[in-house]
Amino acid sequence: MRKIDVSADGGVKVKQPAVSVRGLAKRYGKVEAVRGIDFEVAPGEIFGFLGPNGAGKTTTINMLCTLANPSAGSAAVAGHDVVSERDEVRRNIGLVFQDTTLDNYLSAEQNLRFHAELYGMPRSVLPERMRRVLEMVGLWERRKSLVGTFSGGMKRRLEIARGLLHSPRVLFLDEPTIGLDPQTRSSIWNYIEELKRSEDITIFLTTHYMDEAEYCDRIAIMDSGRIVVLDTPEALKASVGKDRVQIETEDDAAAIEALGRQFGVEAEIHEGSVTFAVAQGEQFVPRLFAGLGVPIRSVSVSRPSLDDVFMSYTGTTIRDAEASASDHMRMFMRARR
Amino acid sequence: MSTNTAMPSPGVARVRVPERSVRQDLRAVKIVWQRELIRFFRDRLRMFTSLLQPILFLFVLGTGLSTLASGGIGGLSLRTFMFPGVLSMATLFTAMFSAGSIVWDREFGFLREMLVAPVRRSTIVIGKCLGGATVATFQGVIILCLAGLVGVPYSPALILTLLGELLLLSFTITATGVMAAARIQNMQSFFALVQMFMMPMFFLSGALYPLSNLPSWLQVLTRINPLTYAVDPMRRAVFDHLDVSAATRHALVSGVTWWGWQVPSWLELAIVAFIGLIMLGISIAEFRRTE
Repeated sequence: MRKIDVSADGGVKVKQPAVSVRGLAKRYGKVEAVRGIDFEVAPGEIFGFLGPNGAGKTTTINMLCTLANPSAGSAAVAGHDVVSERDEVRRNIGLVFQDTTLDNYLSAEQNLRFHAELYGMPRSVLPERMRRVLEMVGLWERRKSLVGTFSGGMKRRLEIARGLLHSPRVLFLDEPTIGLDPQTRSSIWNYIEELKRSEDITIFLTTHYMDEAEYCDRIAIMDSGRIVVLDTPEALKASVGKDRVQIETEDDAAAIEALGRQFGVEAEIHEGSVTFAVAQGEQFVPRLFAGLGVPIRSVSVSRPSLDDVFMSYTGTTIRDAEASASDHMRMFMRARR
Repeated sequence: MSTNTAMPSPGVARVRVPERSVRQDLRAVKIVWQRELIRFFRDRLRMFTSLLQPILFLFVLGTGLSTLASGGIGGLSLRTFMFPGVLSMATLFTAMFSAGSIVWDREFGFLREMLVAPVRRSTIVIGKCLGGATVATFQGVIILCLAGLVGVPYSPALILTLLGELLLLSFTITATGVMAAARIQNMQSFFALVQMFMMPMFFLSGALYPLSNLPSWLQVLTRINPLTYAVDPMRRAVFDHLDVSAATRHALVSGVTWWGWQVPSWLELAIVAFIGLIMLGISIAEFRRTE
């Protein structure tokens, strides 16, 4: 496990980790949702948990934000133990859940005021703080409107504003962009990146969108309750090394067999096409056409992406891992850059 | 608190969330209470619909049934007799609905926002119960305004007594509702449960008929019904301010008896308060649990 260099922000002082987890596990009856995980998050970091639905991401977040008690192991957030110093933890964290947790019958402003009172924020600082977070997410003009009239994206933005209202040291975002259109998704990411610049805050998020994981400083890939790998996106991609080639053929079974026989390449069917990894994919394609012996209808070559990282560590693509997910948007994985 | 109003946008207006204290807890109770009020007064339709049923009972059922005993009972209109019962009915439905909003909050996620806040869980439960009690009492007040139409005098002492009793009843009902709501996952089940208990409780409370001279099985059922102990003191209070003969009073307001012993009003109210506190305690314990 690589440690990130925290002195990058000026190296002011030695800081304790924002989140520190040791052997954390959670069992619901016979189901082991989280099977003993260890990691640390440095202050100021954007740390991402990546994995298919049901991998244990939300359960981990619930334990970190004191909503569920660990079955084993320990965790500290902002230097406080999540079980024995629950209130301390709660004071120092902000939360944006997967499902909205706003009151539709209150205005945006009333929702924030509710939060401020519950967190005992000093009344003198509230108006200014409220204005700041609402302006940040572009909802200042709509502050008097009932939340019930907001779109999904506006609600998510308001939740982010609320999560930030009490200046938490760690902001947890559980699938912050799930169910949002691509444009809103990218604007949410703009806020998160602005946050990192303007507030002294650590961001801990989960996502199952591969492309979003690239915004993170470090990523932990989670599968079936375990962290399979944890590193920076660059390092993870470098560790895979090979390009991914996907081909559509007249006869997939024959193609897989031929690939093994002719080129010594192990191929599998993922998302409906024959998929395999080779070094220098572009140069491999001409040889493929010459030697495969099975008619090829289309070819796509992609530079290693986090999808490949996920695949190489878990043996499956994230989409296959959650075949039930309804957001199949692209037939082919395409290179991001 | 390092806040600087003059700071430009990138400057961090950092807030420090203070330590837990009694003052913080009171603020939490107050805001949860306030939210109930805001929601209640925003939802005019709910206000109207939950008033409709008691008004129907009082003016339609009450008027219709009084034709059976023409001239009333001892010169007293049935509506006057039913008035305290209908008062308790108005608060019963509103208080239950308020408590049910916890199930709603869970379904729509807002409960989580409250549960992760750095406050005692008890503050949330207490705020909720006080909020429910306040709005339910408010519904009662609207019915109370109609007192003159059914021959109940607008005496300040009577109004104050009834108000206090309504508040107590509303609190106990809300606490009971919250206790049930803590375990229930969706709104349909909650209302199914409420329906199952509420009508029998209402019918067995003596809200609509006198408790004396009942067959013994009905006697027992009315005596174990908590609502009985809220309706009876209200009826006694009303009759204290009516000009009726002792015989009529005896026939209609014989009060609650245990094996022939007349239970005094203060004890009845104490029973209601006691049940309320027990329910509140159970609710708090339920909300303290973490999975």
